[in-house]
Amino acid sequence: MPGKLKVKIVAGRHLPVMDRASDLTDAFVEVKFGNTTFKTDVYLKSLNPQWNSEWFKFEVDDEDLQDEPLQITVLDHDTYSANDAIGKVYIDIDPLLYSEAATVISGWFPIYDTIHGIRGEINVVVKVDLFNDLNRFRQSSCGVKFFCTTSIPKCYRAVIIHGFVEELVVNEDPEYQWIDRIRTPRASNEARQRLISLMSGELQRKIGLKVLEMRGNAVVGYLQCFDLEGESGLVVRAIGTACTLDKLSSPAAFLPACNSPSKEMKESPLVHPPSHGCRSTHNSPIHTATGSRLTQNFSVSVPTLIYTGMGSGSAGKEGGPFKALLRQQTQSALEQREFPFFTLTAFPPGFLVHVGGVVSARSVKLLDRIHNPAFVGIMGNTRSYKLLDWNSFNSDEPETRDAWWAEIRQEIKSHAKALGCHAVVGYSESTSICEEVCILSASGTAAVLNPRFLQDGTVEGCLEQRLEENLPTRCGFCHIPYDELNMPFPAHLTYCYNCRKQKVPDVLFTTIDLPTDATVIGKGCLIQARLCRLKKKAQAEANATAISNLLPFMEYEVHTQLMNKLKLKGMNALFGLRIQITVGENMLMGLASATGVYLAALPTPGGIQIAGKTPNDGSYEQHISHMQKKINDTIAKNKELYEINPPEISEEIIGSPIPEPRQRSRLLRSQSESSDEVTELDLSHGKKDAFVLEIDDTDAMEDVHSLLTDVPPPSGFYSCNTEIMPGINNWTSEIQMFTSVRVIRLSSLNLTNQALNKNFNDLCENLLKSLYFKLRSMIPCCLCHVNFTVSLPEDELIQVTVTAVAITFDKNQALQTTKTPVEKSLQRASTDNEELLQFPLELCSDSLPSHPFPPAKEHLESASSNSGIPAAQRATSVDYSSFADRCSSWIELIKLKAQTIRRGSIKTTVTVEKASPVGDGNFRNRSAPPCANSTVGVVKMTPLSFIPGAKITKYLGIINMFFIRETTSLREEGGVSGFLHAFIAEVFAMVRAHVAALGGNAVVSYIMKQCVFMENPNKNQAQCLINVSGDAVVFVRESDLEVVSSQQPTTNCQSSCTEGEVTT
Amino acid sequence: MTSELDIFVGNTTLIDEDVYRLWLDGYSVTDAVALRVRSGILEQTGATAAVLQSDTMDHYRTFHMLERLLHLLHQLIFQIPPSRLTVYPFWMGLTQPSESPARPRQTPFPLFYGGYYAFDEAFVREVLGKKLSKGTKKDLDDISTKTGITLKSCRRQFDNFKRVFKVVEEMRGSLVDNIQQHFLLSDRLARDYAAIVFFANNRFETGKKKLQYLSFGDFAFCAELMIQNWTLGAVGEAPTDPDSQMDDMDMDLDKEFLQDLKELKVLVADKDLLDLHKSLVCTALRGKLGVFSEMEANFKNLSRGLVNVAAKLTHNKDVRDLFVDLVEKFVEPCRSDHWPLSDVRFFLNQYSASVHSLDGFRHQALWDRYMGTLRGCLLRLYHD
Repeated sequence: MPGKLKVKIVAGRHLPVMDRASDLTDAFVEVKFGNTTFKTDVYLKSLNPQWNSEWFKFEVDDEDLQDEPLQITVLDHDTYSANDAIGKVYIDIDPLLYSEAATVISGWFPIYDTIHGIRGEINVVVKVDLFNDLNRFRQSSCGVKFFCTTSIPKCYRAVIIHGFVEELVVNEDPEYQWIDRIRTPRASNEARQRLISLMSGELQRKIGLKVLEMRGNAVVGYLQCFDLEGESGLVVRAIGTACTLDKLSSPAAFLPACNSPSKEMKESPLVHPPSHGCRSTHNSPIHTATGSRLTQNFSVSVPTLIYTGMGSGSAGKEGGPFKALLRQQTQSALEQREFPFFTLTAFPPGFLVHVGGVVSARSVKLLDRIHNPAFVGIMGNTRSYKLLDWNSFNSDEPETRDAWWAEIRQEIKSHAKALGCHAVVGYSESTSICEEVCILSASGTAAVLNPRFLQDGTVEGCLEQRLEENLPTRCGFCHIPYDELNMPFPAHLTYCYNCRKQKVPDVLFTTIDLPTDATVIGKGCLIQARLCRLKKKAQAEANATAISNLLPFMEYEVHTQLMNKLKLKGMNALFGLRIQITVGENMLMGLASATGVYLAALPTPGGIQIAGKTPNDGSYEQHISHMQKKINDTIAKNKELYEINPPEISEEIIGSPIPEPRQRSRLLRSQSESSDEVTELDLSHGKKDAFVLEIDDTDAMEDVHSLLTDVPPPSGFYSCNTEIMPGINNWTSEIQMFTSVRVIRLSSLNLTNQALNKNFNDLCENLLKSLYFKLRSMIPCCLCHVNFTVSLPEDELIQVTVTAVAITFDKNQALQTTKTPVEKSLQRASTDNEELLQFPLELCSDSLPSHPFPPAKEHLESASSNSGIPAAQRATSVDYSSFADRCSSWIELIKLKAQTIRRGSIKTTVTVEKASPVGDGNFRNRSAPPCANSTVGVVKMTPLSFIPGAKITKYLGIINMFFIRETTSLREEGGVSGFLHAFIAEVFAMVRAHVAALGGNAVVSYIMKQCVFMENPNKNQAQCLINVSGDAVVFVRESDLEVVSSQQPTTNCQSSCTEGEVTT
Repeated sequence: MTSELDIFVGNTTLIDEDVYRLWLDGYSVTDAVALRVRSGILEQTGATAAVLQSDTMDHYRTFHMLERLLHLLHQLIFQIPPSRLTVYPFWMGLTQPSESPARPRQTPFPLFYGGYYAFDEAFVREVLGKKLSKGTKKDLDDISTKTGITLKSCRRQFDNFKRVFKVVEEMRGSLVDNIQQHFLLSDRLARDYAAIVFFANNRFETGKKKLQYLSFGDFAFCAELMIQNWTLGAVGEAPTDPDSQMDDMDMDLDKEFLQDLKELKVLVADKDLLDLHKSLVCTALRGKLGVFSEMEANFKNLSRGLVNVAAKLTHNKDVRDLFVDLVEKFVEPCRSDHWPLSDVRFFLNQYSASVHSLDGFRHQALWDRYMGTLRGCLLRLYHD
């Protein structure tokens, strides 16, 4: 009996009228956990009952604590008939199970009913008393922290990144049980909600156990999805990255969240000293285990050597052997793992060494039992799309699904290997189900990682090496990880435009966020490839075969579209690539979204050339040249729009391109061989630089037209699907997260591929246009983390769901900073081989001009003398973040600080002065309850892992909620739009209420993972399922922090001292 | 390709004031889109008509949802202390205040509220004093045609009147305060609503042709005076017996007072008293009034009119006709003789003051309570 759950029901408000006669309600509450139920007294005749109940105590296993949700039902007492349910609240008590997060859940929760929506609120207080249980064979995994954030959370430091964890749980779907025929829709919905909540808890607990086995203490990049497989069941699956995280003990030692991990990395050599050596003091047994492991083993000298070598430029063309060595290292680190996958998209400094390219695998499965071994034979030649008969399995056994995923992961692993990589980062999995056919997809970015993080986290080692390693990694991730003589696929290689030592491909596709130390020229933009393919309606195997046959072509076309659009934008790399293939009754949809950027390290992309098949026809020729001109104009216009002005580099500096018999511009590694072949065929026509589009039929014509129809966002708007927009750094604090859903009905008359494509394209474009219009009051602003999801709920219906956040930025500052990278790269180009000499020079030249300015001096002094220096760091953070991308060493960093101050950033200097005279008392007042001051009730939501202009001080736990809403009076609720609008607004409200009850004031890494909408207008009915998740956090505005952090050094020292004593 | 569903939900609800205005004015989505197009928004933003259509629909839907929640609140009103009402419908994200005041488009809820309860003068003039029941609703069509205000807007305004009426009907205390607290309206708007409720409750006739020259402001002014002086609340009588079926403090006229007003009849019934009154007034005003002779000639008629109005107020029907009577018996005769407003003021002052010198008259306090208010009203009503 290792835990005691205590619940108190305080009051209700805004309850609905349940008794028509009196216009009042006699409400009481049932509190249920596991199989135990308590009831409050009936509060007669009130819409605002004050129950003030006693503490209801549940004595439970911690296993149950993890699995079960607390279920609170509000009912209307009725003397003569059955009591009427008003609504329910499910509370996930998981955040209370680890010591660092919330200690109490207390607040007003919306009372939710699956038929009526929100019906008033209830005030509940929940507490948990945990008893320590040292049983080794326990089934619970309390204490393992979960984060949706796909980077190392802001107030933590990764000691070890262990790697991939996955789990899935299968159950029968209550909606399809026989009992569903006789129970009410409400009962059925509630059964489903409860079941998914239970399964999520179980899944989380099981993953937690795996993490404990790996001796980690947290899961980062946790992504949980559910598959509604209909008759064959309900699958809840999750993937994540197990880590050992260390809480940064001084709140000021990590950087304000607004910028990016880059600062953390740059600052670390300077800032970490006060924090290193002290372990945080949570009491779980896991931690001591980690500690002992840390001291045990491992020398990291070898990788250090490699990096220094490369950084100093001596590696040069002998990169091969070094790479091999590195590979060996990594391999040994990764070999113990079945799948060296990481769900992270942003990494600690030095973690990512090289990036190979995108790897993906898809597989078509039948959810029905089929027994047709012949199929495997038929599909044998296309490696990826084989059907698996699973007659030997029962639908209730998770093993089947496990096997499916294992198969796909294996494939991903082998693709990565082919690219010379041993790990896959930015890894994600998804499914698309239509009737009994299911497409499983997995994708990620093949990469070579620094083994140090994977095994050993000796703090001292990390810190020392970080300093040295940061020198070369600026362009290092672009360098090819594979052997150029033995390339996995033909590619067009050149020497890196940045360091000129290593080879780089001409285009780079990845699924990760842009590494913060990458040099980018100009701004980025959202690039989408959209595609539809008709398919005949078919049953079971025939259907699956048809889909399997279509997939490679779709994959190929999506890729071609992406490549064309990228070139049209004048860019050379894609980040955050997400390709979604959706299956419907009679069509397949493909939607790829990514953020295009111009990486300074990669060569300038060539243009697009149009070639006609019938050159004799004069008018045709004219048409072609007209098109060509249009394309060239568009490229030029885009370059201007996105401020892409790469420095002109003379040929001598670049050196002659590496001789390559076949020059190709392709990097996406598709798993399907057939698609590879097609590519080769097509592109062998390619001339030297330009990407050639051949117009030989109307289809191709359409393609070219569609290329040109993409309208750039109106001025003042930018969009990207990554966390941050390259080229914009000075975010203001105004954010607006939104979800937009559109469904269109296709007229069945003109269903051709072309018409379909056009409709789909228009749908997406119009949706974007609407967003720009809606948010016009926020200009200048950027839509970040734009996440499109396509589903095909019925024949002829296409549903597109978009979630994104609009963030405003300061235009003036943006202009200023965008120029600098260009200057910088010019400078780079000229200094070329003298990189080593450059640093001392820069240091000299910068320290001199900074002297005449007292604030700057004070700054530098504090930065170098005071080991704590959060004040200095904090003060510069805003401004210097904009330069973070460019600095490659801490020497430069200091130089930049000086520059910042020289530019007369009044804000910086003033805050330093203002901060000093404030007393200790003031500090305590300000810092103690950051969420309790003026911001009560305001809960921000964002899909990003940070909040601009603010600093996350605490992670309170994961929010993972599942809701069903159903109506039998669709018209009365304003039709489908009114119904869904209200539901989504309610979901937001419930998420906000839960976060507020945990004591938080924001949700970061928010994601709407599922929005399944079904309607039956004839019956006036509709149903919708929504699954959302995110991390509940406490954040503090930077402006509030300024005073606080100036006081921090003393407290830091104290806390680190005391903590140090405890651990030693 | 037809759009089946099209929604936009933000964590903060954005309210476009222009669209809100159009919605309040009862324009259909199509009309609103047309009006927005005419405003030149497409050129400003480079948006397409389809985008505008979608945006307008979306805003309209948001307003409809807010409207529902707005009404939901009023079911709760009897239970929650007024301070709690600041808890706005939480699931619309409207509790989230705009962070930078420089962006007025993220309107906080009270503005929505105030805007929602705003009304058109032309409309209110049509329904002022009418019974706020279903029967009148049929007339909304006619009003809409007559005033050019859209039917939807008429309905909203009418429903607002009805809703406020229903809520404050059974409340004690100051009418204006009640309205202000429970509907979160501005002081000005609350006063107007108090007048509307007061008129509706007493069913004062305002629609007669001869009353057409009066504005809503005129009536609201009178209503305020009457609420302040002629109702139960005005005398400051605290309800001694809470169980008794008390009249509404501010909404109903003080019945006892109206009964007592019969006593004033003596002023015109007693010929001596009437003559004495006249001579007192004439003596005081001789030489000061431009229309002295007309006044002298008409004094008895005017006085008879004013006193008879008072005496008749015991009957509900006569209460309803109060304004008709005042205009008929006083305003029109004076106007036909071209009395300037200043002369009317002199006369009324003297007329009410000189009663104090009538030795045989014992109802001085009653007279002051009556005439004090009536004088104010008459002066306001006396214009072209």
